[in-house]
Amino acid sequence: MHASGMGGIRTAGDLVARMQLSRKMRLKEAKEYVAEKLKVSVDDLVDEVAMNELRKDLDIGDVYAGMGEQSRGIEAKFRIAELLDIDINSVQRFLRKTKW
Amino acid sequence: MVVTRMGDGSFVTMSREEVKQDVEEGVADAVKRGKIEALSSEEIERIVEICCLPQKFVSVEKGNELVLTYDSGTLKVTRLGIPIGMPQILQLYERAFGADSLELAYVHYSFKTIKSIVPEEQYAVAETSLVTTAPLLYGAMPNLPLYTQPDGPCPNAAELLPLGKIDEAKQAQEEAAEYAIKDMVFVSSGVYEAGADGIDFDTTAASGDAEFYATLKATEKLREKYPDMAIEIGMAGEFVLGFHGQIEYDGVRLAGLYPHKQVELAEKAGASVFGAVVNTNSSRSFPWNLGRAVTFCKACVEVSNIPVHANVGMGVGGVPLVMTPPIDCVSRASTAMAEIGKLDGL
Repeated sequence: MHASGMGGIRTAGDLVARMQLSRKMRLKEAKEYVAEKLKVSVDDLVDEVAMNELRKDLDIGDVYAGMGEQSRGIEAKFRIAELLDIDINSVQRFLRKTKW
Repeated sequence: MVVTRMGDGSFVTMSREEVKQDVEEGVADAVKRGKIEALSSEEIERIVEICCLPQKFVSVEKGNELVLTYDSGTLKVTRLGIPIGMPQILQLYERAFGADSLELAYVHYSFKTIKSIVPEEQYAVAETSLVTTAPLLYGAMPNLPLYTQPDGPCPNAAELLPLGKIDEAKQAQEEAAEYAIKDMVFVSSGVYEAGADGIDFDTTAASGDAEFYATLKATEKLREKYPDMAIEIGMAGEFVLGFHGQIEYDGVRLAGLYPHKQVELAEKAGASVFGAVVNTNSSRSFPWNLGRAVTFCKACVEVSNIPVHANVGMGVGGVPLVMTPPIDCVSRASTAMAEIGKLDGL
């Protein structure tokens, strides 16, 4: 992440990456889409302080996965899929495997 | 005076004027080879400025951050001799390194070798997908030469060509491509059904045009089979070698294509992300290589409708050809790719 990366789950880098990978969105479009869904400005997407608070509020996972009641891993992805209005493959698989 | 590096990583001292001259020559080389637009004088000045900054580490202006994808993701830690499993390596990428995406990769990083251990790789993918949040790709190389004798079933084109057996060499590569397509679709299907978000075809076309053809055909088949699968096609070099010479995809001859033409076919085949590569010339300076790499990548970004992630690392994207890429060059190349090349990611 050092010189130019967005910062992954420290910020909203994973969410912007998801929109590129799942919907083939270019960078600007992906950032704007995620910002709109999170109801923040595009600049906020790479602010570790703002995003850490927001990720906690939205319960979509952050780097401190060992602390508190935060969703982690697949739990967070269930919430991200709903938040971004996308299908996430591992979430779909989880649903298939847990359906009786 | 400016202290910068040569493409082999050694230090070199240049005046600002010499840096500018090298950037201009690098840009001109890309324009000539790729038949593409040159950078503007403002863009060239900005590259010169980035090269001449006295700081060891350079970064983008706030707001110009981009997305990072990786190739041979977990291998980068395995190679360091740290004996931890792939799921744990990716937890480190996610929570310690700030990675925007994750890539799971087996040590024998080729589809042919992985097909025999797909169940084990599926387990690693499934387990990783439970404990990580960022998008998860599975990466491997198409690696067409593994299908040639003595390692594989097909006659070896590299042995046939010097004997003048041109038609036989072409046929051997076409045969190898068909095996590779089957393996790429088989392995990619397996890891996707285990929960990966998608696949990264890494070092595509390392053995030339037949390998590019195989990867495009595999992408096409996977896109038809899994409409939502993320597919990244990362190239091996800036120029598709014409080892076959006449193989085509969708009516386009693949030999000799540069990134701005490669991306059009990747997009047509169904790729989600294209990984553009520009090779580093170790005999030229870092400013020369950076000017050249940014020119090629910018041309690629301008014609693309899908995200373009430039390869920036050992010997590509302007970075010197060394095993431990110097951070002064990596950070400058990353910054220039983001701010001048307008890349969607690296």
